[in-house]
Formats: sequence, C-alpha cells, structure tokens
Amino acid sequence: MRKVIIPGEVIVSGESYLPGDGTEKRGNDIVAIKYGLAEEANKLVKVIPLSGVYIPRRGNLVIGKVENITFNGWVIDIGTPETSFLPLMETPRFVNKNGLDEFLDLGDMVVAKINEITKRGIDLTTKMHGLGKIEKGITMEVNSNKVPRVIGKEGSMISMIKDETRCNITVGQNGIIWIQGNNVEDELFAKKAILHIVEKSFVEGLTEEVKKWFEKNRRGK
Amino acid sequence: MKEKDFKRPDGRKIDETRKITAKVGIIGNADGSAMFSFGDTIAIAAVYGPKKMHPAHLQNVAKGTLRYNYNMISFSVSERIRPGPSRRSMEISKISEWALEPVVMTDRFPGTVIDVYVSIIQANASTRCAGINAAALALAHAGIPMRDIVSSVSIGKLDKQLVVDVAKDEEDWEEGEGATDIPITMTSDGRITHIQLDGKIETKQLKEAIKMARKACKEIYEIQKKALKESLEEK
Repeated sequence: MRKVIIPGEVIVSGESYLPGDGTEKRGNDIVAIKYGLAEEANKLVKVIPLSGVYIPRRGNLVIGKVENITFNGWVIDIGTPETSFLPLMETPRFVNKNGLDEFLDLGDMVVAKINEITKRGIDLTTKMHGLGKIEKGITMEVNSNKVPRVIGKEGSMISMIKDETRCNITVGQNGIIWIQGNNVEDELFAKKAILHIVEKSFVEGLTEEVKKWFEKNRRGK
Repeated sequence: MKEKDFKRPDGRKIDETRKITAKVGIIGNADGSAMFSFGDTIAIAAVYGPKKMHPAHLQNVAKGTLRYNYNMISFSVSERIRPGPSRRSMEISKISEWALEPVVMTDRFPGTVIDVYVSIIQANASTRCAGINAAALALAHAGIPMRDIVSSVSIGKLDKQLVVDVAKDEEDWEEGEGATDIPITMTSDGRITHIQLDGKIETKQLKEAIKMARKACKEIYEIQKKALKESLEEK
C-alpha cells in the first residue's frame, strides 16, 4: 500500500530492503529524504514525489523552448536548473552552419530526447522519429510530477484523451504537453481534459472518473 | 518562586505553546510553500528552486547554496516598520539559513541555489522560530531532498522562571532578572541545529531549557508532519 511520507521518516526497517529513489539507508532502516508517496515493490523501497521541480533523467522525452543560438547548436529551456544544449550534430538532417535559425529559431518549441547528462549540463537529441520542431498546435504546462497521471497505466489515459478529442498529444516528461488537432476547439477541449486530470490527480480510479467527465462534457457540446 | 505560583500574562502553563497552525501549499507560483503560526505570529514561506545560481561567480561547484530571506512586512507590528532589509533581518536570515542547512542535502545540486523567502505577516515575538518552521515545511513541499525536518521553538527566562514559546508581553518582562530569550531549533530526533542566547542564564538552567525545547519541538514536529500528510490526503 502507498502512504504519504515526509523527509526523515522511517518507511520500513529490516535487513532485506533496498533503498530506491528518494530514500536512504540508515543502519537497518530505510529513511525517506523526500516528501511524497512511499512505495515498495520486490523489496525495493522508493518515494514518488508529488511536488517540486522537474529532475531530468537520461532518455526522457522533453519539450522546450529555444533560448539561444550558438555557433554549433541551440540552448533549450526545458525548465531545469542545468542548461540543456542541442548540438548541430544531433539534428535529423543537414543544417547549414550559417543558417541555424532556419532549422530552429529563437522562441521555437522543440520536442527532444535527453541524450546525456554531464556535469556541464544536459545534451539533447532530435535524431529520432517524432522529434523536432513543433510546427502547429498548442503547448501547455503542468507540474512534471503529474505527468505519470496524464499518461496513465501503459498510456491508457493519454490514448483515451486522444480518442475522445481526435487530437495528437505529446507529453514531455518535464511537464510541457503538445496538443495538435484538426481545429482549435478540439485542442482547447483536450487542454481542458488534461487540466481536469491534473486537478483530480489524487482520486482513486482516475480513468473511470475522466471517462465520466468526457461523457458529461461531450453531451453538453 | 515556585512553578505553581508563576502566572504568565496570557494564562498559559509554563510548558504550553500558543495555538499552532500549519498549512502546506499556500502559494501557487512557488515550487513549495507553507504557513506556520504561533498564536498571533504568522510566517509564510515560499521556496524556489533548485535553480541556476546567478551571477556565476557565486556558484559553488561542490554543493548547492541555500539562500534564506527573512522579511518582516511593514504592517506586521502595530508601529509600522520600515520595509526592506535591516541589520536585524539580515542577521536572522543568516542564522535561519544555518539552522536549515544541516538537513537540506545541497550536495545533490552543485552550482545551483535554493531560494527561501519567509515573510512575517503578523508578529508577536518568536518570529524567527515560526519562520524556520514554515521554511522547513516549504522545503519539504518543494520536493527537495532533506535528511529530516527541523522544528523551532523559543524558550524564555522570565525573571527566574523558564517558559516555552515567548509572546511579546513576556519578551518585555522587567521584573527581577528581566527576560532572556533562547530560540532553539532541532531535528525530529532532538539534535540541535541552532541555538541563540541573548541574556544571562546558568549552565544548569540552560540544560533544563534545552530539555523543555526538546519536548516542545516534538509537539511542533507532529503538527508539521500532520500538515504535510493532510495536504496530500485531502485532495
């Protein structure tokens, strides 16, 4: 069972447990160092934080804004304390060194993947299918800790929103969501649905709740 | 003077704190926030970060920096105080920063800064203690790794009598030896991270004061714990 835990609180005691994310081993105890929900699976204990800033991980899909253009790449703001950089080499096609702004200009939104996290900062890549500049649609921001709720178990939640709103939705792990639909009304409806999920993110059986919400709001439309 | 004969101005028992309230998540735009009050003393705390430290020369490559800002709002006391930093507020900021630093794991965020803004919106003594308590809650709420939560309380010596949680009219005690204020901050297992002493006290009595603080901090810790847990459960 999940329970709310605060920093410094002992989650479980016993030799056989392993400390996971957000926990620390002190003697025989597994102690939380973060505020959130404690979870135990296969003797691995971890804390799922529900508030706070986004902590980048290697391989995360993120959405960011072009902040600066340097001679060999772009500085992208993905909402982390470290600066993230998209090098020229990590673009899917050839980009002229003198025309970096033709591929991505200041203020453009871009879907990227975290390639590597070094001491200097984060390196991004767009060399995969589905990554690159956002041409149309809208972006919205939610707390990065709510992203698992928006996606749902094995993507159940997000595919339901996609079906209901006929929109294409890309969720960045940093909490920025890209919605692309046939018209603005669909996009705004999808946005409303996501905001509803974020608000109700603590409800048990969230998928059912959202299903009901869709039924109610569809009829009114 | 005997314990039983001693009367506090507001009729409290000597080891009784004022009514404590704590609430988490009060400021939407902050990464973490909290409110904490001892009776009429109300402190609100907002935490931003970890974020990149600017200017770059202030960056510490070995560990992150904790920056604490204590501010008394001009209307917090009956006589309007000049807004902006003062000698007193800068000193309290530094002291509170040291009180929190041992529990915040800044070594996980090199080159960054965690900003803590504490505002006293209503003051009736023990403001720094309320501020530290609110800041500890706000830091936890911001998802920052912490070894423990700290709780803070002020112990007063009014003439020769030790009391818990000093109020303004007690701070200005003039009978006998006058008033001595001892703010103490400690972790949940009773380890002291901050202690201040302004006045005169015997070693033996100071030890007793710490013992009283330990008991009061345990009560405060339970309230802090409850506030954090409730903010998640009620949703």
